[in-house]
Amino acid sequence: MLEVKEIWKVFNAGTVNEKQALRGVSLTLKDGDFCTVIGGNGAGKSTLLNAVAGTWAVDGGSISIGGVDVTHLPDHKRAPYIGRVFQDPMLGTAPTMQILENLALAARRGQRRGLRWGVTKAEKEQYQEMLKNLDLGLEDRLTSKVGLLSGGQRQALTLLMASLKKPKLLLLDEHTAALDPKTAAKVLELSDRIVAESHLTTMMVTHNMKDAIQHGNRLIMMYDGKIVIDVSGEEKKKLTVPQLLELFSKVSGSDEADDKLLLS
Amino acid sequence: MLSFLNALPGAMSQGLIWGIMAIGVYITYKILGIADLTVDGSFCTGGAVFVMLFSGGANVWAAMLAALLAGMLAGLVTGLLNTQCGIPAILAGILTQLGLYSVNMAVMDFKASVAINVTQADTLEKLLVSLRFVQGAIRGDFPLWRHPILVVGLFTVGLIALLYGFFGTELGCALRATGSNGSMARAQGIDTDFCKVLGLMISNGLVALSGALLCQYNGANEINVGRGAIVIGLAAVIIGQVLFSKLFHNFALKLLAVAIGAILYYIVIQAVLAVGLNPNYLKLLSALVVAVFLSLPYWKGKYFHAKVKTGGASHA
Repeated sequence: MLEVKEIWKVFNAGTVNEKQALRGVSLTLKDGDFCTVIGGNGAGKSTLLNAVAGTWAVDGGSISIGGVDVTHLPDHKRAPYIGRVFQDPMLGTAPTMQILENLALAARRGQRRGLRWGVTKAEKEQYQEMLKNLDLGLEDRLTSKVGLLSGGQRQALTLLMASLKKPKLLLLDEHTAALDPKTAAKVLELSDRIVAESHLTTMMVTHNMKDAIQHGNRLIMMYDGKIVIDVSGEEKKKLTVPQLLELFSKVSGSDEADDKLLLS
Repeated sequence: MLSFLNALPGAMSQGLIWGIMAIGVYITYKILGIADLTVDGSFCTGGAVFVMLFSGGANVWAAMLAALLAGMLAGLVTGLLNTQCGIPAILAGILTQLGLYSVNMAVMDFKASVAINVTQADTLEKLLVSLRFVQGAIRGDFPLWRHPILVVGLFTVGLIALLYGFFGTELGCALRATGSNGSMARAQGIDTDFCKVLGLMISNGLVALSGALLCQYNGANEINVGRGAIVIGLAAVIIGQVLFSKLFHNFALKLLAVAIGAILYYIVIQAVLAVGLNPNYLKLLSALVVAVFLSLPYWKGKYFHAKVKTGGASHA
């Protein structure tokens, strides 16, 4: 479903802040794969996700989604294939627009937008039903501005929006990092539910090793712009946090990085 | 006092005309979050295109349509400078505005002022609005329905209805999303650059249309007519917001509030003039009023703390 081949990215090239963020990363995800991505700060996790989403162009390599080469497409042209939830709850929704309008915008992700009505009556009922299933108390607040919602509510709404029109690929970029533990757990549970229900191919970046092990069928760890660990299937199911740490120090050849990972 | 009351219908008519420009400013400033300075130039462009075409014998509606299109073209230039050349929106607007001065002069045949021959009855008859209709419609020289307050009022209501409809469409929603949150919009596949350009075009089209109406009202277009238009537009937007934000939540009513804001602005100006202020101080006064009203929300956030709502179920 996703095929990333040898992608490279340098930030601030030619300056003292030059950062080689991705060094020839390759990754192939099969249809229905749920891959968690972990790594320390600056390892390249979010960079990898942004490269796939098309936030900027990569310096080298190619990316294709569902057989379509998207390497040279800007982010809004990749939107037909990709659903996204950002780390910052502010980024995924339009705060000055209604819950209803946000959902309607998401339902038309990647479609031509013309002079038909932006929200139809049939949609309104459909969304009300969907929000009821989310159990966030939002079903009676369809016309509320999204800016009035809490961070957790926004992330849950963004998740719903990302999956409203089934994407070929769902990108979750530390989408629970800005939430309190209880809310984070709830949003994570919801993510699992949505991914399973719609059978979505998913990449989830997380700081939390336990979450990375518990969720999904595949786990990759990044270090210094490369994928250093890649486990899946039965092997991943049996994985524990200490094992993962040990594995990591073997690959990266240092102990201090462990602390960085644990602390972050 | 009597002179002020006498001037009131005229002030309201002018306010209504400027209100259309203010609605254009509202689209860029409030919906897209861009302070677009193009309007100082495109307002005059509208008047210039109108006066030349109308004087050349064109139909009044055709000339107004041409003015609208010319304004949209000005918006297109600012939009392309901003989105395709990476020039910050404010600077892009200033560049277009500066360039438009020469363009407007060229359109007006390098004359600082071009008049419509309103002393000729059949020419006057063809105009949609004129300052001569303000008293004339009351006195009975013209039918009552030709009163500028009525004509421009209806025109404004029509425009608001059109805009209300447009911003409810998929494309209109995309434009609002672009202004509300660019990264969300792009994640939904919205071409935010296109939406910005489109918004700037619609806005400047309305501004130029307003310029064309004012040109008819005054019976002439003058090269400096748009100077400070952005400030008048902002004043109208802010006055409308301050007075009606608690009352009007519907988008159409918000646009109506902007139009009313412009009328109130002109009534205040008329009052100040009636008191005997030198008209040359008007621009300073406008600048001060807008500066104060723009500062208010900032001061409010800094020195006064809003009551925090407590209670209510805490959802995830």
